[in-house]
Amino acid sequence: MSRGRTLWIAGLLLALLVAGVGSWYASAHPDGLEWSAEQTGFDDTAQDSVTAGSPLADYTVDGAEGRLPGSVAGVIGVVAVLAVAGTLAWVVRRRDTPAPVGD
Amino acid sequence: MLPTVVERPRRTVADLRCERGRSQLQTMCNKVAVVHVPDGFLDAPTSVATGVLAAGTVALALRKARAELDERTAPLAGLTAAFVFAAQMINFPVAAGTSGHLIGAVLLAVLVGPWTAVLCMTVVLMVQALLFADGGVLAIGTNVTLMGVVAVGLGYGVFRLLRAALPRTRSGVLTATFVAAFLSVPAAAMTFVGLFVVGGSDVPLGPVVAAMGGIHLLIGLGEAAITVAVLGAVLAVRPDLVHGAAHLRSATALASRRPEPAGAAR
Repeated sequence: MSRGRTLWIAGLLLALLVAGVGSWYASAHPDGLEWSAEQTGFDDTAQDSVTAGSPLADYTVDGAEGRLPGSVAGVIGVVAVLAVAGTLAWVVRRRDTPAPVGD
Repeated sequence: MLPTVVERPRRTVADLRCERGRSQLQTMCNKVAVVHVPDGFLDAPTSVATGVLAAGTVALALRKARAELDERTAPLAGLTAAFVFAAQMINFPVAAGTSGHLIGAVLLAVLVGPWTAVLCMTVVLMVQALLFADGGVLAIGTNVTLMGVVAVGLGYGVFRLLRAALPRTRSGVLTATFVAAFLSVPAAAMTFVGLFVVGGSDVPLGPVVAAMGGIHLLIGLGEAAITVAVLGAVLAVRPDLVHGAAHLRSATALASRRPEPAGAAR
């Protein structure tokens, strides 16, 4: 197995681990933008997203609480981003360079 | 004897808001609270304007990214985007009662190239807005402008300037990355403030500048630390895959094997 593939698989596992397990330990405090909005009084201008009814809204599954739904949502997100961004990059890539032989 | 003082758990404003059942920012009710710009912070004309700017930049990036992507780097681009999505889920505590999360603009730009970074960041933000209701749908253009255009553009610009001034070593690359990643966060935050001046609600601006600037300077330190840690790890195992370290490999590649095709690093 080439080192490129090893790095790629290690990176994917790390991303899945961060999204699936690391997110359990994420801070639930308001982030910089939300905190600033609260401090200065424009937080009430925020509107619910039109996708707020999405089954994955708020990084959970059907609004369920707990760790497992968060993990499932995170893993789905990683796979979705990988599929869309990976496909896009593969389609956009240049084809003029010869494929590296042997690596 | 009954206790006279009832200890109440410490609650954030967001917790209270969720309990009152009038959550404005959906994400605040959950453990994971990435929080990008929601709909409503900026008025419709400002949102449309940032949408046009974002769409134009993405269209340009679709053409320019071609030079950055080949059979080796395209899979890395998809993976890095997925990693940025995952890392953005991890809000880290900043000051008391506040959190921040990685943007990942400089990480993407240095690792896979700035135009590819624009595309990857756009995919991340669209998946977050459409699937996870994080960041408004009308505000996608605003969020792409802040994190995909400003953070990537300014961050990569700073990186290039510092890289040229610093020694052509791994430490030089990482130092340039640290500063660029740090500055990309307050730059995005201050751009939001600029948009807020044009199309935000009518609150005093001084406190908004102070709050947004101050807290995002702190968040920038976290951004820089995470970016350098990840980039350092990739540089250690596969420096040849790092877009922003092409000048390092050209020196070693010349000594060990045939040089890369001219212009491959652009």
